[in-house]
Amino acid sequence: MNDTNELVLEVADLHTVFTTPRGVMRAVDGVSMSLRAGETLGIVGESGSGKSVLGRTVMGLIADNATTAVSGSVRIGGHDVHAMKPKDRRKLWGPEVAMVFQDPMTSLNPVKRVGAHITEALRLHLGLNRKDAHERAIDLLRQVFIPEPARRMKQYPHELSGGMRQRVVIAMALACDPKLLIADEPTTALDVTVQKQILDLLASLASQRNMATILISHDLGAVEGRTDRVAVMYGGRTVETSLTSRVFARPAHPYAEALLASIPRIADAPHTVLRAIEGAPPNMLAPPGGCSFAPRCRLAQDRCREEQPQLREMSDGVRGLHAEASHLGACHFPLTEVTERQEVG
Amino acid sequence: MAGSGTAHMRPDASPVLTVDQMVVEFPVGRKQVVHAVSGLNIDLLPGETLGILGESGCGKSSAGRAVMQEPPPTSGEVRLDRQALTGLKPRELRRARSKMQMIMQDPVSSLNPRRKVRDLVAEGLAIWGFEGDDKDAAVRETLVAVGLDPDVVWDRRAHELSGGQCQRVCIARALMMNPEVLICDEPVSALDVSVQAQILNLLEKTKEKFDFSMIFIAHDVSVVKNISDRVMVLYLGKTCEVLPSTGMETAALHPYTRTLIASIPGGEEIATPGDPVTGPVASDRPMSAAATELPSPLNPPSGCRFRTRCPLATDRCSAEEPQLRPVGEGHFIACHNVAV
Repeated sequence: MNDTNELVLEVADLHTVFTTPRGVMRAVDGVSMSLRAGETLGIVGESGSGKSVLGRTVMGLIADNATTAVSGSVRIGGHDVHAMKPKDRRKLWGPEVAMVFQDPMTSLNPVKRVGAHITEALRLHLGLNRKDAHERAIDLLRQVFIPEPARRMKQYPHELSGGMRQRVVIAMALACDPKLLIADEPTTALDVTVQKQILDLLASLASQRNMATILISHDLGAVEGRTDRVAVMYGGRTVETSLTSRVFARPAHPYAEALLASIPRIADAPHTVLRAIEGAPPNMLAPPGGCSFAPRCRLAQDRCREEQPQLREMSDGVRGLHAEASHLGACHFPLTEVTERQEVG
Repeated sequence: MAGSGTAHMRPDASPVLTVDQMVVEFPVGRKQVVHAVSGLNIDLLPGETLGILGESGCGKSSAGRAVMQEPPPTSGEVRLDRQALTGLKPRELRRARSKMQMIMQDPVSSLNPRRKVRDLVAEGLAIWGFEGDDKDAAVRETLVAVGLDPDVVWDRRAHELSGGQCQRVCIARALMMNPEVLICDEPVSALDVSVQAQILNLLEKTKEKFDFSMIFIAHDVSVVKNISDRVMVLYLGKTCEVLPSTGMETAALHPYTRTLIASIPGGEEIATPGDPVTGPVASDRPMSAAATELPSPLNPPSGCRFRTRCPLATDRCSAEEPQLRPVGEGHFIACHNVAV
């Protein structure tokens, strides 16, 4: 197997179940996915769809304990994350997988200087000495386009702006050259103009390093142009996954289609009535039987309320190119040209 | 960019709300002052929706709150129906201001967690002394108008509702006072994408039904374009550009507006080739980060406030503040260097 095609992540039938005082919550309910080096996967969904819990479970930050049950397997670079001892798992964090969280201020220690955040990982995981780690950290700050990196090393997080802080967090995540980067809503806390810079930066760093990236976001626009493949989550499950361009151009699942139709587009005329999805996301403590989207779906029929649809091939068009290039959807009555024509007629 | 002037005002029209040279400043100790809003002029016609656009820290929320006199502006005048709100005694102000209502960003925290929906919605009526059986009927009618089932939500409290439902309750509270002006401060940014569309559609629908004017403050260009008739772009407390929302993504001329449009996903394609701000030159190289930081509002740049981040800036921009000037039908920019 050549290096560019190496399978970095394999997730099979992953379940994360929380036992809460108010009932059992299946936050992640049977998700499978795989990712190769250099590939970017977008995970989109509304809040409560389980996308962040999925990211954390893949990372191994959520593990089995008294109130949390994780089943299924996560393999990062051949290591089964959830079968490892906690001590061994820590060794994966950094060189194999790293994560960037939503709010950069809470990811940084307010009483430590910027430099200390980055050199810590370098000294611990790569065993560099103080001087080499310092040099390397300055170089990393330069790679994330922080001006005057030597001076920034001595500053504290509160002295930096939100965009700068997120760059520092990205530099920390990249310190040990991870094979997989999980970015969980990396730009949600940032301003619109800064958002684009951070997303562009992540994309260019990933392609330079041939790093696999998972971009978790509720912002469809952020995912559209910057990922190779996308998985749409609803109620803890993947409801549709394929090449990003394909899902955005011809969504098969009614939820994916409705979500795309509900965002205002800049090219639309003012006062265009938006196609809102009626109702609210499902209560994850008491999910509806059958398809979790059925109560809000305009095409729902009796079968949808009784039988949970499984992920299956939605079209033959792209199959055969690549195993992962197939177009999977979990719907009994996916949108095809026929149903769409009926809608119009 | 970020300039001043009154060229965009429409003296012949009879606006429902006028904001005249409004300045909002906050002292922060050591004789320093945050210049949140510096000389803002707004006229809002009956039935019109004005979108106020800008990134965080540009003064758009401070402007909205100062219009509400919450707190009152440092200087300048706000007139609602020709009555000046600035300078009124508190008791008179409360009476006059009931015709102007506000909707906040976080719907859950703007509702009293201990009160039930029926009391929350009826609060305005209770304060202004509306009594009798009709009160319940009026509350029910308004709840239906915002898409809530009165029988379901009647006795609920905020924590028993979703974010979208809470925002509907907030809208119902505002509608109870039969407002002439509704100020919405980022009303959909805390909501999920699917719910955001519901609330935007609801605001459009109720605006038509209840016949009020709206000031819609947001940072999302597409959302603002969708709901507004006219868009005002603010930067560091000053007006950059005022333009009609129709076709604004291609018509906008100000370098700051172009930057905002270029940063939305897919916005690069809208930018015309050869555009010095958003054309290939600027978007290919990662902008130097220092040039993209918002300057401190404690000590805003001289002349044009946008010049520190502007790709077109010249010496003139630091020496002389640009004034709003007309560049088309209802379209005004404050920039020395955009040639029209």
